[in-house]
Amino acid sequence: MNILAGDPADIFRQEADELFVQLETALLDLETSPGDKETIASAFRALHTIKGSGAMFGFDALARFTHRVESVFDRVRNGEVPVTPALIGVTLTARDHMRQLIDAPGRVVPEVGAAILHDLDQVVSGQVDGGVRRLAAVAAPAPVALPPPPPEPVHGYRIDFALPANAFLLGSNPVAMIREMLEMGSGQVRCDASDVPGVDGLDPERCYLRWEIMLHTDQPVEAIEDVFLFIRNETQLTIEPLAELAVTPEVTPLPVEPESEAVEMAVPAVMVPEEPTVVPVTAGANRSASDSVIKVNSDRVNSLMNQVGELVIVQSRLKQMAHSGQDELSLVALRAVVEEMGRLVTELRETTKGIRMVPIGSLFSRFRRVVRDLSRELGKQVRLETKGEETELDKTMVESLNDPLVHLIRNAMDHGIESAGLRRSAGKPEEGVLLLTATHVGGQVLITVDDDGKGLNLARIRTKAEERGLLAPGVEIADGELAQLIFHPGFSTAQSVTGISGRGVGMDVVKRSIEALRGSVDVTSQPGVGCRVTLRLPLTLAIIDGLLLKVGEERYIVPLSNIDAIVELAEAERDAPSGEGNHFLFIRDELVPFLHLRDLFAVPGAPPEHEKVVIVVVGKRRIGLVVDQILGDHQTVIKSLSRLHADVRSFSGATILGDGRVALILEIDHLIEFGQQREERMRNLLDPFGKGGHEFHVR
Amino acid sequence: MSKVILSVDDSPSMRQSIKLTLAVRGYRIIEAVDGLDGLDKAQQQPVDLVITDLNMPRMGGLEFIDALRQLPDYKGVPILFVTTETDEALRARAREAGATGWLTKPFAPEVLLKVVRRLLE
Repeated sequence: MNILAGDPADIFRQEADELFVQLETALLDLETSPGDKETIASAFRALHTIKGSGAMFGFDALARFTHRVESVFDRVRNGEVPVTPALIGVTLTARDHMRQLIDAPGRVVPEVGAAILHDLDQVVSGQVDGGVRRLAAVAAPAPVALPPPPPEPVHGYRIDFALPANAFLLGSNPVAMIREMLEMGSGQVRCDASDVPGVDGLDPERCYLRWEIMLHTDQPVEAIEDVFLFIRNETQLTIEPLAELAVTPEVTPLPVEPESEAVEMAVPAVMVPEEPTVVPVTAGANRSASDSVIKVNSDRVNSLMNQVGELVIVQSRLKQMAHSGQDELSLVALRAVVEEMGRLVTELRETTKGIRMVPIGSLFSRFRRVVRDLSRELGKQVRLETKGEETELDKTMVESLNDPLVHLIRNAMDHGIESAGLRRSAGKPEEGVLLLTATHVGGQVLITVDDDGKGLNLARIRTKAEERGLLAPGVEIADGELAQLIFHPGFSTAQSVTGISGRGVGMDVVKRSIEALRGSVDVTSQPGVGCRVTLRLPLTLAIIDGLLLKVGEERYIVPLSNIDAIVELAEAERDAPSGEGNHFLFIRDELVPFLHLRDLFAVPGAPPEHEKVVIVVVGKRRIGLVVDQILGDHQTVIKSLSRLHADVRSFSGATILGDGRVALILEIDHLIEFGQQREERMRNLLDPFGKGGHEFHVR
Repeated sequence: MSKVILSVDDSPSMRQSIKLTLAVRGYRIIEAVDGLDGLDKAQQQPVDLVITDLNMPRMGGLEFIDALRQLPDYKGVPILFVTTETDEALRARAREAGATGWLTKPFAPEVLLKVVRRLLE
């Protein structure tokens, strides 16, 4: 967690994450409402800030690249370039490239960026040419409209130039000239200011600078020379192809190191693929950076500050007291202070916990792009709908949910939602709907992934399950249970492995990742109507899976991870005297002591006819707990006991059940210790011959 | 803030052509009918770029450029001249007077745009 300080570059990465979301959201919105000025402005602002902040924090390549995209959106904003699907498409690709320039600048191939910018120029110039031609028809004799030339191969050039000394005076603008050259492709600019004299000798109107540009462009040399048209005679200009430079590396008039770089850049420049192979950066790829920074609602920081402030006051009162008298009155005051401090600590703990809570909407918004791109890839029309974006969840949980949810979305779109044709013939709207919802239910967060596709193919699941030996042939099984088999390791019903969901990871991976978060997953399906996957997750990781037990009217919880076995208590054993009687079970050739919780906790009433023994384990030590009834498993938000119960060692905390009852969470460590000590005592004192008392075997 | 371009030409159709091309790109166009009018307009508000014809009544382009460069506010402001000549000598004279560059008539709107963009940041 890092609120106030930290590496500025990290803070920029976090900021960029948000800007990328803003940009992506705006672009996706523009697909449905291309004329919306506010949305265009939002995309522009995002680009503008990515560029500006990127340059601030040393992401120069990012700043240069983004500048080009920003320029286009500046023109979109001014109404010079219309918003078209092609523009949105190429800008989304550009967005992915920008992300890569932040996440892994070392792995970025410069030609990919150049190719994207080339595409962008194509898209834009297509529009601009059209507009200009229309204008020309009105205004002046139109130049003959040429068909668009076939794409030229990209060449590298080193351009070295020094403007005439009076260039500034006569209105030449080297910045605009350099921009014009960079807009022909992509490149890097170096400025040589070594000729600039000291302040006393400086003529402020004179141009002392010299520039070197490494340019990759598909334009001919003439286009570069054209930039210098007005001052061609006065300008010192050298334009060299980079490939040739590699052969004659000694041509280096500037004190820079262009040889190695030139060679490095020139070689791949020849091999630019026609179709840019852009590796899409999936949402959440930059996990390390986003993990280290948490954005916190200022209200929460404010209450944190208030509570800390109060704590400081209480602490000073405490200090004052420590130095004053020791009469009874001060003891009362001391207790008041302690009480207040306790309240503050509790509040602080809650607030601190709240800092880690973030709305799940940030995660949901990432999936719009996933759905959009997948729809195109699969040739299906799918609309993503989301509900409950404001539902809050632990930050670490949100991050860990990304991959499982992406998998579920891919699965639903690949296998669930049918193609437009099939949907039409099934009488459904051509556009499929994928619905993501999040809600708080009790101490849990419920996330559902719904699709209105064809539902699970239960017959094929059965066949597959029988083939894989997961199900004996002909066994009766409820449809609901059959459906859950898709979460079994290695289970996949896809006929062929597709690039989308058949990556060798199945739903079992989803199940495992959700279970690692102490959550659970299940699936329901209606043939022809759709499929719903439900994820149940604890609000925070301060929540455990437990087994709910009943003794008398009381309910207790044992953490599921501590449970070894559950057995029936034999009748013979039940009738044996409890209390000080020595009790052992013989389980797997081992003598296990057991405790009657009824006696231990002085629960009133008679035990039921059939009692159960829950064998719990910590390390290698085991003990049996006799209870009335097993109510089932229960997800448990751990609430600490009040300070009144600080000395109660049998319970680690409490939880509130769905019906409002309080269930105590058993402290297994302590109970085992207690049981073992008692066993020891009985062996040594009551049963010195070690024969044991009541024993029976469990199969 | 959109950039202000002063267009000086005695031909209304020429002024119209320049205005149509540049105004839709977000530039603000101020028009003047000759060099004198141009000098007058240039002193009424700051201008980011000047496009002027050479052959005009009252005050021609070369004189206008020269006079404009004398004004402290117009040191370094790009000045383009529009001419039908492809005469190197005329270009040299215009450069001498202080012109930044030129446009040869007839020019395509995209050429005008490109040159303007080359001079305006």
